[in-house]
Amino acid sequence: MIVPTMAEKMAKGESPDILFWVGCAGSFDDRAKKITKAIVKILNKCQVDFAVLGSEESCSGDPAKRAGNEFTFQMQAMMNIEVMNAYEVKKIVTACPHCFNTLKNEYPELGGNYEVIHHTQLIQDLINTGKLVIEGGETFKGKKITFHDPCYLGRANDVYEAPRSLIEKLDAELVEMKRCKTKGLCCGAGGAQMFKEAEKGNKEVNIERTEDALGTQAEIIATGCPFCNTMMTDGVKNFEKEGEVKVMDVAELIAHAADL
Amino acid sequence: MEIILFAILLSAGLGFFAYNAWKVRYNILLGQKVDRSNRKGERFKTMILVAFGQKKMFSRPIPALLHLAIYVAFVITQIELIEIAIDGLSGHHRFFYFKLGGFYTFMISFIEILSVLAFVATLAFLTRRNLLKLPRFTMKELIGWPTKDANIILIAEVVLICCIFSMNGADEVLYSRGGSHVEFAKGHYDFAISSWMGPLLFENLSIDALHVIERFGWWGHILMVFAFLNYLPYSKHFHVLLAFPNTFYSNLEQKGKFTNMESVTNEVKLMLDPNADPYAAPANPDETPKRFGAKDVTDLTWKNLLDAYTCTECGRCSSSCPANITGKLLSPRKIMMDTRDRLVEVGENYRKHGKGYEDGKSLIGDYITEEELWACTSCNACVEECPVNIDPLSIIVDLRRYLVMEESKVPSELAGMLTNIENNGAPWQFAQTERLNWANED
Repeated sequence: MIVPTMAEKMAKGESPDILFWVGCAGSFDDRAKKITKAIVKILNKCQVDFAVLGSEESCSGDPAKRAGNEFTFQMQAMMNIEVMNAYEVKKIVTACPHCFNTLKNEYPELGGNYEVIHHTQLIQDLINTGKLVIEGGETFKGKKITFHDPCYLGRANDVYEAPRSLIEKLDAELVEMKRCKTKGLCCGAGGAQMFKEAEKGNKEVNIERTEDALGTQAEIIATGCPFCNTMMTDGVKNFEKEGEVKVMDVAELIAHAADL
Repeated sequence: MEIILFAILLSAGLGFFAYNAWKVRYNILLGQKVDRSNRKGERFKTMILVAFGQKKMFSRPIPALLHLAIYVAFVITQIELIEIAIDGLSGHHRFFYFKLGGFYTFMISFIEILSVLAFVATLAFLTRRNLLKLPRFTMKELIGWPTKDANIILIAEVVLICCIFSMNGADEVLYSRGGSHVEFAKGHYDFAISSWMGPLLFENLSIDALHVIERFGWWGHILMVFAFLNYLPYSKHFHVLLAFPNTFYSNLEQKGKFTNMESVTNEVKLMLDPNADPYAAPANPDETPKRFGAKDVTDLTWKNLLDAYTCTECGRCSSSCPANITGKLLSPRKIMMDTRDRLVEVGENYRKHGKGYEDGKSLIGDYITEEELWACTSCNACVEECPVNIDPLSIIVDLRRYLVMEESKVPSELAGMLTNIENNGAPWQFAQTERLNWANED
């Protein structure tokens, strides 16, 4: 696994094609780190000229903004923009729909103008241009996979097709939940809920959503967001189904199928 | 005599409506500025698709078809209203009958068929609300006036349709007997429904009785229309008019994009810029310092307030809200209803006691609780779902901003999360220097 940093690239006088924005979950959460590594393996395999910010990366500010603290958000955003503009970043790929949304939609007004894509879009492009061939690894042929739309990828940014096209590339059977795409139900983590206890109610949101997913009889619940991954994994455990049903990021499925 | 009475009613009906519409406009303009004047072509297209074409209704096809029947009947009947107004003011009877010929028969027949469909749809809606008790129509925020409001509208529609058929039906029988109070003697209108329904119901009645029924239908129809028009500004049913401007002024940005607070940007720039002079005079000294976020309706934008008046309380937002589905206190529909109720109150206060009058109440606290606001996952399901492009999320976010930035009222776990971001650049307590450790772990 080769993970160059922007600083190293700059020292060599190089400017990478794309910045891989790892995000807090991808950097620190043990489950999400596996997703980060799967993405890096794909980038390495396809010889994508990328770099990460490493210790120069900081929280995008998304949870602060959703929680209503615009000060903390803008402090974070402006510091990140200063760093990225200094490196003359043009294009960014994120492993998290929340970072994706914030960098893409909320940074421009603060002086950060970049082309921002989600990792499923990048992988789709790598496959479509023939750079990535899915062969030699674990086969998903005929397996039932359902895709849980992350709110900040789907409704928030209208990306529904990229992750689904990747699942179809696996020769797997994509089964949709009753509530999917524009009508997809949140996993319960958005809007900074990830970092607090849920308000009083009669059910947890992730349980409601996991029921949708289990209702499809899928063997794999695919997501494209580290927080959705956590929520759905917890949901599956709640139903004691972790033996039969796996929660995986689309990037991991692709990496496994391509034997990376 | 009838003409004078009609003229008085017409001007009173329109005048009172204009007065109430002015009040609503006044209230909406109490909101903060937001620029929605750009991208006119796209806005027009959105209005045509979403309001005129009812595009978003069709995500639930059965209610969409029922609603479409009432909507189309409502729109087409406006043509008949023009005739009623002309007849009423001139003393003619069926002014367009001779002018339009066969097209008139076609048009009124079309209205009649739509009216029957609308009648069926209205009964279906009454059943759905009162007998089937659909969950989204029995939520707590609908108890009392909102439920009554909905039923009043539906019953008014039933009465209105009955008036149309007693008018046309009685007139048909009168005309066939040569007793119609028109210039022409004897004949048949041949309207699709009343040509057989009229004789079926009224054949045995005397000419005098038929005249009474015909006039009852005619006056009933127009009186219902005036009553309806003037009921609108007090009712959830205002959406029939406001859906058009509301969709025109839709938010055209990506749904995930929250507004940028420029007032904060200026302060943050000062903090980050070592050369900034903190004592420098503000660029615009006359500007009153605005509140961060929204405490009351006047802190919201005029579009938020227009949203509130446009809401017809259908509850699609709440029935798709993950928080509401799982029993939390939050209901996006209630957010809209509270905003409107509070706005009506503030507007009344301002007109009575002068603009800016404080009654010691606010949207947060007296109407919407913190618990509701903190239940939101900002998933945009409510925004996606709304058939008239209302955005409850932007109100929720602005209220949160007030709680957090003005009152420092934030759930303790979130306070911890925010401190972590400020101290170590992550929502958890991990050092920024360790961000790349994953690359060396196995």
